Amino acid sequence: MNITVKVWRQKDANSKGNFESYKLNDITPDSSFLEMMDVLNEQLLAEGKEPVAYDHDCREGICGMCSMFINGRAHGPDTEITTCQLHMRKFKDGDTITVEPWRSGGFPIIKDLMVDRSAYDKILQAGGYISVNTGGVPDANAIPISKEASDEAMDAATCIGCGACVATCKNSSAMLFVAAKVSQLALLPQGKVEATRRAKAMIARMDELGFGNCTNTGACEVECPKGISITHIARLNREFLCAAVKE
Amino acid sequence: MTTLNSKIPEGPLAEKWNNYKAHQKLVNPSNKRKIDIIVVGTGLAGASAAASFGELGFQVKSFCYQDSPRRAHSIAAQGGINAAKNYPNDGDTIYRLFYDTIKGGDYKAREANVYRLATVSNDIIDQSVAQGIPFAREYGGLLANRSFGGAQVSRTFYARGQTGQQLLLGAYGALNRQIEAGTVKIYNRTEMMDLVIIDGKARGIVTRNLITGKIESHFGHAVVLATGGYGNLFFLSTNAMGSNGSAAWQAYKKGAFFANPCFVQIHPTCIPVHGDFQSKLTLMSESLRNDGRIWVPKNKEDAEAIRAGKLKPTEIPEENRDYYLERRYPAFGNLVPRDVASRAAKERCDAGYGVGTGKAVYLDFKSAIERLGEDKIRERYGNLFQMYEKIVDENPYKTPMMIYPAIHYTMGGIWVDYELMTTIPGLYAAGEANFSDHGANRLGASALMQGLADGYFVLPYTIQNYLADEIHTPRMNPAEVKEFKDAEEQVKNRIDKLMNIKGNRTVDSIHKELGHIMWEHVGMARTKEGLTEGIEKIRALRDVFWKEVKIPGTANGINLELEKANRLADFLELGELMARDALHREESCGGHFREEYQTEEGEALRNDKDFMYAAAWEYTGDHANPKLNKEILKYENIEVKVRNYK
Repeated sequence: MNITVKVWRQKDANSKGNFESYKLNDITPDSSFLEMMDVLNEQLLAEGKEPVAYDHDCREGICGMCSMFINGRAHGPDTEITTCQLHMRKFKDGDTITVEPWRSGGFPIIKDLMVDRSAYDKILQAGGYISVNTGGVPDANAIPISKEASDEAMDAATCIGCGACVATCKNSSAMLFVAAKVSQLALLPQGKVEATRRAKAMIARMDELGFGNCTNTGACEVECPKGISITHIARLNREFLCAAVKE
Repeated sequence: MTTLNSKIPEGPLAEKWNNYKAHQKLVNPSNKRKIDIIVVGTGLAGASAAASFGELGFQVKSFCYQDSPRRAHSIAAQGGINAAKNYPNDGDTIYRLFYDTIKGGDYKAREANVYRLATVSNDIIDQSVAQGIPFAREYGGLLANRSFGGAQVSRTFYARGQTGQQLLLGAYGALNRQIEAGTVKIYNRTEMMDLVIIDGKARGIVTRNLITGKIESHFGHAVVLATGGYGNLFFLSTNAMGSNGSAAWQAYKKGAFFANPCFVQIHPTCIPVHGDFQSKLTLMSESLRNDGRIWVPKNKEDAEAIRAGKLKPTEIPEENRDYYLERRYPAFGNLVPRDVASRAAKERCDAGYGVGTGKAVYLDFKSAIERLGEDKIRERYGNLFQMYEKIVDENPYKTPMMIYPAIHYTMGGIWVDYELMTTIPGLYAAGEANFSDHGANRLGASALMQGLADGYFVLPYTIQNYLADEIHTPRMNPAEVKEFKDAEEQVKNRIDKLMNIKGNRTVDSIHKELGHIMWEHVGMARTKEGLTEGIEKIRALRDVFWKEVKIPGTANGINLELEKANRLADFLELGELMARDALHREESCGGHFREEYQTEEGEALRNDKDFMYAAAWEYTGDHANPKLNKEILKYENIEVKVRNYK
């Protein structure tokens, strides 16, 4: 395949960025999108130019580090996928492919396609866990948990923290991300104990970090690489409301 | 010669760990606040250790090169975690888990460490459930188990095909809680560049901030390396792109011994290589071997027709399929350990029965789908099947998967004693970074177990035995200490040297070349001639690297090529040590297969008389030959046998 990639280039957080176009020949449809980006970088190096900076690590769709906005969609033109799992067979010979970083006030651009997602860590630090120390816990089978609850918790727990939901939301809301963790833990008896406190603390931190509000457009659910449902946002709202009532 | 003291506690095997804990030194709560611990790496071992140290009241500095601690490559582990809970009532015990692990490792691991691992395995499951990890459950609400290679019981706990992700997010949650509490300070996008030793003790590290390029020093009363394995030296592996062996290599060059570097695991079920631009290999969990059957065509003509695209696997009748694992190993069948399964696949492909490009075999779910229904298979492996389909563009519910072995895990690593301390006082190594528990071959679902055992239940005890004597050592300000300033200077010099080569070869092009040399000469089947030639080639390539590598831009800011070059420089040296270790070990065991040493049936042939030891290599200079130290392995509780899965 011969393609043109139009890539966002930005020197650093304080510089102004712009698109640059590059032509690439003989890309095999079986390569992944990031392997195509590797070929682009090798080409740029050969021309004495600086390669495109982008985040990636596991290349198995699970670490959540890759984060490109491709042709106007988070992680590109496929469903339930990360950029690293996207393959060039999804494009056509002669295509021009536009590649941008996540764009959100909560995720400032560091360079080219790299953004700073430490806000996600900070939200989870506010309460995205069960407050137990190592050791001194009951036997794993001491508290039975229904398979349905456990499976639903697992659905929420599959969040990879990539930021696609924020990047795709017109309000830059992190509600799906926060809801996934709140919901996972609220569904389990171990996490239920501090569920309202957790919801309150995480939402306060999310607001503090400049993420927007949810207006139920549902875009996040469509672009989530793990298919996490917005029904978890409803559960988050319930926990949050409980917290308000208790006060 | 340094004598290797593995510090195994007195007493019968089952009592050793209790005896140790009963007599070790502890640090009292008011002193813990005055002690700093550095933990490098935030995978299962690093995150669980850092969180547990923080909970105890130590001041912890935690480092990772990724943008968040949650990205560490433990996240990609799929299949599960072993524990001797015996919930299914199928005959499991702590002893059996211990026995299976030692046997699976081909009798190259230390008894006392492995027994402790099996003992604390049950605590890990309890801890994980308390953290809210949604393990698979039965309808009655209790935990489900499945079986894995190398065991005849079902002792593997799992969370779909994302067990590593769930366990890591649990440890990351515990870490986040300590960050919020102020006991742990996290340094993300920060890479360790050197280890600092003062008066013979590990006292800190020098790092490079990957965003600003700034070189900085950090003091710690003790340093823990939980930096994973070095499989990426093969270029193509199942490791993350950034996984590297540099922290371990810096420790080695500062005096930590490096043990059994040639013990590398080649995982049998990975998606085959598709072309030259390929950047990494994707694993398909071993758990698939529970229900999938591995085969190649029985007739060479069929294999040729398949490779030519003239025949589909679904068109080959049952009687013309060779389920070679079931044929060769009737007792364990498709669930033989990884090294055995990998070699068997290579043997069939080399003999001309391979499918796809010729370097692939089938993993078929037809009979499982007939037996259990597609829904059950989807529930068990749905995400893996989806991943396969995204990559290969074929539906594995309808047509068999194609798989081939790939580099996956390194059993070798930094030599540690029973306390997980290296040969440098105050320097510890945990998880895949150390060598201790898996011998020459790791069993499936044991990496997660070991990482979390080290971090949650071993280091929080053993590190205190050392730190109890450090309570009078005041915190140091690195800016005022010569050793830190010297180390920073050396790091800066190395970076300058790399930046100023200004050659014509890209980092990846040299790395790919190293990968080819390693795969060909130090891969699945090794010979004396091949290894000798491999060493020469690696050395020559190292010269090429230092003369011809090209790194654009500057070191003062993000420079991804510089990061890769720095790691590759270490891989080029580590690769040579690996080949040397493989050359010196004149026997076959586990993941180390020397063609000269095999039985008539092609099975690995150990030489217990001459090689019943862990080889701990000591650095003696950049171009000097490393020195071999031996830790003799004594089996007092297990009868050493020929590993038999027939």
